[in-house]
Amino acid sequence: MTDIHEHVFEDRTPGVEEHEPTATYLSYTVGLALAILATIVSWIVSQTDLLWPPGIPAGLIVLALAQIGVHLVFFLHLGTGSDSTNNILALAFGVLIVFLIIAGSIWIIANLNGNMMSMPLS
Amino acid sequence: MTIATTLDRTLIAVPTELARGRGGGGPAPKRIVVAFGFWIFILSDMIMFSALFAAYAVMSGNTAGGPSGAELFNLRSVFVETMCLLLSSYTCGIGVLSAERRQPTLFLIFAAFTFVLGAAFLFIEVAEFAGMVAKGAGPWRSGFLSAFFTLVGTHGVHVASGLIALVYLVAQMIAKGLRAAVLRRLLCWSLFWHALDIVWVGVFTLVYLMGVYQ
Amino acid sequence: MLGRLSWAAIPFNEPLPMISMAVVLIVILAVLGLITAKGWWPYLWDEWLTSVDHKRIGVMYVVLGLVMLLRGYSDAIMMRTQQAIAVGDAQGYLPPDHYDQIFSAHGTIMIFFVAMPLVIGLMNFVVPLQLGVRDVAFPVLNSVSFWLTATGALLINLSLVIGNFARTGWMNYPPLSELDFSPDVGVDYYLWSLQISGIGTLLTGINFVTTILKLRAPGMTYFRMTVFCWTALASSLLIVAAFPVLTATFMMLLLDRYVGMHFFTNDAGGNQMMYVNLFWAWGHPEVYILILPAFGIFSEVVANFSGKGLFSYRSMVWATLAICILSFMVWLHHFFTMGAGANVNAFFGIMSSVIAVPTGVKVFNWLFTMFRGRIVFRTPMLFAIGFIVTFVIGGLTGVLLAVPPVDFVLHNSAFLVAHFHNVIIGGVLFGMLAGINYWFPKAFGFTLDERLGKASFWCWLIGFYLAFTPLYALGLVGMTRRLEHIPDPSWRPLLLVAEAGAIVIFCGILCQVAQLYVSIRAREHCRDLTGDPWTGRTLEWSTCSPPPAYNFAVLPKVEAIDAFWQMKRTARAPMQPAYQAIELPRNSPAGFVTAFFATVMGFSLIWHIWWLAILGFLAAVIVVLMAGWSIDREEEISAAEVAQTERVR
Repeated sequence: MTDIHEHVFEDRTPGVEEHEPTATYLSYTVGLALAILATIVSWIVSQTDLLWPPGIPAGLIVLALAQIGVHLVFFLHLGTGSDSTNNILALAFGVLIVFLIIAGSIWIIANLNGNMMSMPLS
Repeated sequence: MTIATTLDRTLIAVPTELARGRGGGGPAPKRIVVAFGFWIFILSDMIMFSALFAAYAVMSGNTAGGPSGAELFNLRSVFVETMCLLLSSYTCGIGVLSAERRQPTLFLIFAAFTFVLGAAFLFIEVAEFAGMVAKGAGPWRSGFLSAFFTLVGTHGVHVASGLIALVYLVAQMIAKGLRAAVLRRLLCWSLFWHALDIVWVGVFTLVYLMGVYQ
Repeated sequence: MLGRLSWAAIPFNEPLPMISMAVVLIVILAVLGLITAKGWWPYLWDEWLTSVDHKRIGVMYVVLGLVMLLRGYSDAIMMRTQQAIAVGDAQGYLPPDHYDQIFSAHGTIMIFFVAMPLVIGLMNFVVPLQLGVRDVAFPVLNSVSFWLTATGALLINLSLVIGNFARTGWMNYPPLSELDFSPDVGVDYYLWSLQISGIGTLLTGINFVTTILKLRAPGMTYFRMTVFCWTALASSLLIVAAFPVLTATFMMLLLDRYVGMHFFTNDAGGNQMMYVNLFWAWGHPEVYILILPAFGIFSEVVANFSGKGLFSYRSMVWATLAICILSFMVWLHHFFTMGAGANVNAFFGIMSSVIAVPTGVKVFNWLFTMFRGRIVFRTPMLFAIGFIVTFVIGGLTGVLLAVPPVDFVLHNSAFLVAHFHNVIIGGVLFGMLAGINYWFPKAFGFTLDERLGKASFWCWLIGFYLAFTPLYALGLVGMTRRLEHIPDPSWRPLLLVAEAGAIVIFCGILCQVAQLYVSIRAREHCRDLTGDPWTGRTLEWSTCSPPPAYNFAVLPKVEAIDAFWQMKRTARAPMQPAYQAIELPRNSPAGFVTAFFATVMGFSLIWHIWWLAILGFLAAVIVVLMAGWSIDREEEISAAEVAQTERVR
């Protein structure tokens, strides 16, 4: 009789701590430290001239994506095991849709706005 | 809520090569099913936020002669809010670890910290909104402000719902102990809470930091 | 106290709504009276209203869809008749105010309360059976989903007699749908009805993605699932991806209307084009949500009634996934004329043409499946053949419209109307009717009358072509959609042909009603005793008809595609397995009660009865929390009971 917890393969899901190698007090603390670092750097980048000014938006986006990555790996334990495949694929699908909606809307509306014969607001 | 199939699984031994990595291992255990379903729900929520982000991005310049982000945003209080939410994500994670290791008292302590930090976030945000409304910069002033209040406000409503849910789940834990079903729900809750922090990273970057910069 | 609700909301002076209401009320009261007289309430409550069994929920969805089809059809025949009459000097019998509500209600009802429930209902009934498991991942949530959809349907039907419906078309564009131009309750009915049922649909999407990815019989790897399950997965992924966008969009419009925000207003920085953009970012995936399961049904039906396995299973799967992803990259083709530049229009035009390619792959696969097969011309197969011809024509007109300069001429013309009815009726509806005819014996234990089924098919097919081919021609000569009065008398002959087509479709509907009646009366003759009336290939046919509550006493071990066919071929002698106790979820009133309070909340919000809205919302939340408090929600069927049920099979 197989024990209920002995699956043929271990299926991992974000948030389920049991078999996660990254689910330790240390990993959460490292994640917190990295996230705080990214936040502070974002503030510095946006408020000072440390980064070449025209590059600030790109810099902020990169920092935000990095911090989101920190959250996904250290807090949500999204790993690279073969059994996390479903979760990674679902995330990838979500990211694709989010990108299409935001980038698509910005591109489309900017284009449409450009073709409007708007009077300047008085 | 799912069918318990573990009883059947013991009856059927699936050869490893049939199953490994190609999804043939039979129905997954309840814990995995519930957590995955909640993960999909989180992704759907992220997509809803992305529509609100898109609306904000498109309308961030539509100030209709009214105040803009640069005039309204107080980055100092936003920084405090951000730290509160980030720390609450941390205490949430530690709390869940404690719950997994069947340490109810530790869990309660960290749940309390999480609640307080989350409530602090909300308090600062509500104060910010009230201040803006008092200045005549309420959501009905312009398209930009409508988009701002809706995006940030929806996030705030999610945080508030999360806090109410936390109280409910803590009550359930006290009443029923750290049973498998209660643990599953705590895991889902922590997933939700971390996701809200991820959305906030997007908000403070795209709305506040870039808004002031422009 | 009652917001803006008053006796003036009921249109006592308008005969049409009053007569319709009277008829509907009489029918409802008669049904309720019959149920009470026969003492069926306990049975209905225990076995259906509180059921969390996917089979029962699936049947209820299909019943909802078919009943709403009658309402949607009534709107259609009223419009057709108005257009046939109101030519030149004649004004017809429908004033513009009513006509506008009718075409808005027709579109909304047909998409959200006919097509979606039919698709979701069939998915609900079939997917767990085909996966070889006992139920979906979240059965109580499944019940909540159904009842929230029913709430939406109820609210829309209430708008017929209490207040009015939106006059904005089913897409509800601002600024027409803003307070300035639609100050009355119509748009609010539209928004709240769809917002509430949208939550139900989203929960269904989550439920099915989880079920298909995480709950399958042992040995059923991804590439051993049926094609219907693959299309159900793709459709559910699209639901999860698209419906949140609709929720956000409607939320923004509601905030404009209720709080005075400026997302889509004419003044203070609103941008109406953003509504159109976001609406169609949902709207295009929506039509693929509808058509993909229909494709799946046809894959099942064509394979079964050709006596062969499906041709090129793998390319079918890849085509399905390609359509799923591509459907999110084409949405601008719904507003080519809104003024985007050439590069934007060109990109989306090309993508819209590209998405026809995987669909073509599917069509060829069906044709190759039929080639050298032993074709049996039962009703489902007739619908499949009718679909292949009709849908290809509709798809081709779609590719025509995907070319921006062509669309500049044909946007919002009768040509467009003909195109989308072509693909929705020829694709989605035929698919659902095929599916209903195919799986009816499994659900109820007896087959449907074959002659009336064939008659209904021919009426639908001929009726469809009569009703919509004229519209293609009319669109090309300049007739636009939604005309309450026809300015050019030369259009009249074709409009009369269209009217005739609508009447032939009505005959098809009558045949279906008759088919149900005759089949139920003759059910003892047509009993399905084996559980396998069509010599099926897939797992659902291995259960008895109807299946027991637990579907499979022992979860089947799957070794190949077309698992049941493989079991038949290897002719395994039926073992007497050692039955184990089976745990099933208890029935729950949570779905029904939550939806009841959601109805109260929705109605109160529409009529600005704030105190009642808050109470309704709080009550719904409390019901959810109460339902979530209980942990022991399963009951056990003992091994002996299972053995007994299986012996009786």
